[in-house]
Amino acid sequence: MRRDIFQAIADPTRRAIIALIALQAMTPNAIAENFNTTRQAISKHLRILTECELVKQEQEGREIYYSLELEKMKEIDKWLSQYRKIWETRFNQLDNVLATIKKQKK
Amino acid sequence: MSNDLLFDFTVDKEARKVFITREFAAELPLVWDAFTKAEFLDQWMAPAPMKAKTKYMNFEVGGKRFYAMIAPDGTEKWAIQRYNSITPKTNFQMSNAFADKDENPELPGSEWDYNFSERDGITTVKIMIYNESFERMERILEGFKLGFTASLHNLDALLATLSKK
Repeated sequence: MRRDIFQAIADPTRRAIIALIALQAMTPNAIAENFNTTRQAISKHLRILTECELVKQEQEGREIYYSLELEKMKEIDKWLSQYRKIWETRFNQLDNVLATIKKQKK
Repeated sequence: MSNDLLFDFTVDKEARKVFITREFAAELPLVWDAFTKAEFLDQWMAPAPMKAKTKYMNFEVGGKRFYAMIAPDGTEKWAIQRYNSITPKTNFQMSNAFADKDENPELPGSEWDYNFSERDGITTVKIMIYNESFERMERILEGFKLGFTASLHNLDALLATLSKK
């Protein structure tokens, strides 16, 4: 089954994994140390991210290192940041509207 | 000011849903008004440099809002909202569809669910948007892109976004 990348990043733990391995390639154990969850759960998240081609594996000696697939991340980045930006702009405008109404009431 | 306020945005593409949570530094009745009165909606719903213009709005169950998003070049994109349920100052649900200037809706549209709650003067608004077709969401984006200057295309920007979570 080909997984959906948007579904993959809807999960907060997977987003945290992405943020973590963006800095450096890491082994599953090293990744798991950052989370209050089982090694199996992290493996499952990594498998989903790998199936979406969001992360890639590289064998180094006996260890497998996970790192980000930059091109794929840029695809999401483009789509999500644009959609998110619309809402960010809207809400910043709303903050101003609310502040104005509050002042008028005083 | 707004830096301390929660903003969470997630997309479940498979379920064709968008979840948005945002806190506002204002009391609930004020925030409720800002989401349910045309005079306020027109002031913030269109992301600058676009503008919103409500032709009419009847905020009641079965009532409608007919409005346009106006691009800087004057292009008007009309849409109709229909209010399906309203629980004052707590929740409202509506259907939204693009339309032509004569109020003929263009289906399929989207379903919206808004939830409001307040704690210590901070009001939290949770929005769930369901799109019958995801292509439609991509079209919305195309429409807005016209109004935007070049957006953030680099990975650093995404990671800043993700790590805010």
